[in-house]
Amino acid sequence: MRVLAAMSGGVDSAVAAALAVDAGHDVTGVHLALSPDRRTLRSGARGCCSVEDAHDARRVADELGIPFYVWDLAERFTEDVVDDFVAEYAAGRTPNPCLRCNERIKFAAVLDRARALGFDAVVTGHHARLVDGLLRRSVDAAKDQSYVLAVLRPDQLAGALFPLGGMTKHRVREMAAERGFAVAAKADSHDICFIPDGDTRGFLARRLGEQPGPVVDAGTGATVGTHAGTYGFTVGQRRGLGVAAGDSRPRYVLGIEPVSRTVTIGTADLAGVGEVRTAVPTWTAGAPELPLRAEVQLRAHGGPVPCTVRCAPDGGLAIELDTAQRGVAPGQSAVLYAPDAERGDLVLGQGAVLGTS
Amino acid sequence: MTYLDHAATTPLLPEVLAAMTEQLGRVGNASSLHASGRAARRVAEQARERLAEALGARPSEVLFTGGGTEGDNLAVKGIFWARQEADSRRRRLVVSPAEHHAVLDSAEWLAKHAGADLTWVSVEPSGRVTPEALRAALGDGSDVAVASLMWANNEIGTVSDLAALAAVAHEVGVPLHTDAVQAVGQVPVDFGASGVDALTMTGHKLGGPMGAGVLLLRRDAECMPLLHGGGQERDVRSGTLDVAAIVGLQVATCLAVAGREERATRLRALRDRLVAGVVVQVPDAQLNGAPLDDELAGGPGRLPGNAHLSFPGAEGDALLMLLDARGVECSTGSACSAGVARPSHVLLATGADPDRARSSLRFSLGTTSTDADVDAALEVIGPVVERARRAGMNRR
Repeated sequence: MRVLAAMSGGVDSAVAAALAVDAGHDVTGVHLALSPDRRTLRSGARGCCSVEDAHDARRVADELGIPFYVWDLAERFTEDVVDDFVAEYAAGRTPNPCLRCNERIKFAAVLDRARALGFDAVVTGHHARLVDGLLRRSVDAAKDQSYVLAVLRPDQLAGALFPLGGMTKHRVREMAAERGFAVAAKADSHDICFIPDGDTRGFLARRLGEQPGPVVDAGTGATVGTHAGTYGFTVGQRRGLGVAAGDSRPRYVLGIEPVSRTVTIGTADLAGVGEVRTAVPTWTAGAPELPLRAEVQLRAHGGPVPCTVRCAPDGGLAIELDTAQRGVAPGQSAVLYAPDAERGDLVLGQGAVLGTS
Repeated sequence: MTYLDHAATTPLLPEVLAAMTEQLGRVGNASSLHASGRAARRVAEQARERLAEALGARPSEVLFTGGGTEGDNLAVKGIFWARQEADSRRRRLVVSPAEHHAVLDSAEWLAKHAGADLTWVSVEPSGRVTPEALRAALGDGSDVAVASLMWANNEIGTVSDLAALAAVAHEVGVPLHTDAVQAVGQVPVDFGASGVDALTMTGHKLGGPMGAGVLLLRRDAECMPLLHGGGQERDVRSGTLDVAAIVGLQVATCLAVAGREERATRLRALRDRLVAGVVVQVPDAQLNGAPLDDELAGGPGRLPGNAHLSFPGAEGDALLMLLDARGVECSTGSACSAGVARPSHVLLATGADPDRARSSLRFSLGTTSTDADVDAALEVIGPVVERARRAGMNRR
């Protein structure tokens, strides 16, 4: 196959590209320049699109003896991921930009362009298994990235290769070291690549400005404080609420109402959610028959929750949770899995959380 | 492999390799007083004399540098500083927006850090700077420190008439530097006859080694050094002479100059066939720069080996990648440090719109180019352009 390796400059995509070469594919490396500011330097483990990362990716490509190019996708990334991220927060939701990037950049803009240029597939260093068109969790549960890939549709998965899903992160680093890659010991990237200092609230404040509003306690209906912008809050959040409750019981964010800029907080007993409603779902391998017993994961690092999935009248999903959950934030994806201890939990699809009850 | 990127760098000539290898085995610092030092100095000075002769300069006007970027930086900054020190009213720098980044970024650095005022000389749609445009930019010249205008453009291959430009600059007492990195060995370059005050050239564009170049600097031109130290090269460029590289540079330059006319005729025929063949397959391809048969006083108005074309609807970097995959090596003409393709600043300077500037490719032929190379490029260009057009990025 003619394969395009998306190379971030990190250890995962380096080893993924190497494995694609080993598998006998005709591999070309591409680094995606996503930041409009190319002079950005890495700060610690954050960020993924600096000049240094492009250099690291190029070094690996040269060692592998494959062609290497930099594709400038900064404009698309800014529109489809960064602006979307800001708009979602402004609307009181909590988006997942990595999922959006996979959906619109890596397996849309990049894959489309790769196909047009004559490539058969895009290989990435995501930790997830993809065998016979079926997407499953990585064998390394701690590094599993199937959550942010669940938004992909069958035609996108048909053009994807994830060679790392069957191995642990530890093994990936070992393989990088065995090959003498300079990135073998490079720190994992985490957080959001376009917010290199990790200060999401500060980033949003610069974009959206101060938008003060009330903090209301759901138990009493009383305004118990003010905030500088609803974008500083996520449903389920406990720390940093900036209010002192009358009693000693902890408070959680229950809801965000962007028009009146109201942040509603309440005690743990009010924070539990038994049913989740989503937008029209996407399915990784075609729509299953509903209703369905499955497991649902409600945020990137959340655990699976057994549930019953039904079709809602508006074409979305109504997901009934077996046990109530806290912190189900609108804007996050509800990702559905069919448990499979042997081959890895199968990713069925996802729907963006609209609301809860 | 079809190498059509001689404007980026050229294969080392066998004669150069032999001459350099001979020197690399020897010991001797050309500044030392003992026998080994004298022997090294003799070789370096002989090279200096031969280079001067080939370029129409005096030996004392030849300053060895580390290449084109250094020569441009030294001339633009060094002459600016010297002229401003002599008269603090000389704050203006006159450059064209189509210059190489070694000149552009030096000028912008001076504007940011040394109080220079930049005056841009407008370029014609061909990329050429005319004497009239320079005259307009200079004004009465009393507040101008230095002007820098390239002899031949590295992207689109347009040649300007440096003798005419130098005459205009001297009318108002302004020294003129020229980046002749692409011109030497391609078009007639006579430093003395041109009248320019400083000229940058480099070895690896004409079959010599990388990291070796020359700044020709008129004996009466004032230039402050970038590098301070042992006082070599008229105190303008300190540093131990790299004798092997200097000999390689000299041998390459002399061969390039001696064989220029014959090679130019051959490359021009190959280049014209390449362009004609491309246009047959891609009828809406646009030639950038001066017409292929353009003539100036004293030589061709376009570098004989340069073909620079835009392919509307295709992106330069997609074309480059597809050609690379098919064994044809060329260039989009400009890339930043991270390798991100940007619209060519040269094309933008000529008034081209950003889409045209983004969809361009430079094929540059040189000593080793053959009919087979042209055939190889023509065999793939049609399908490659068609495919690249389907793969438009940043568009919906």
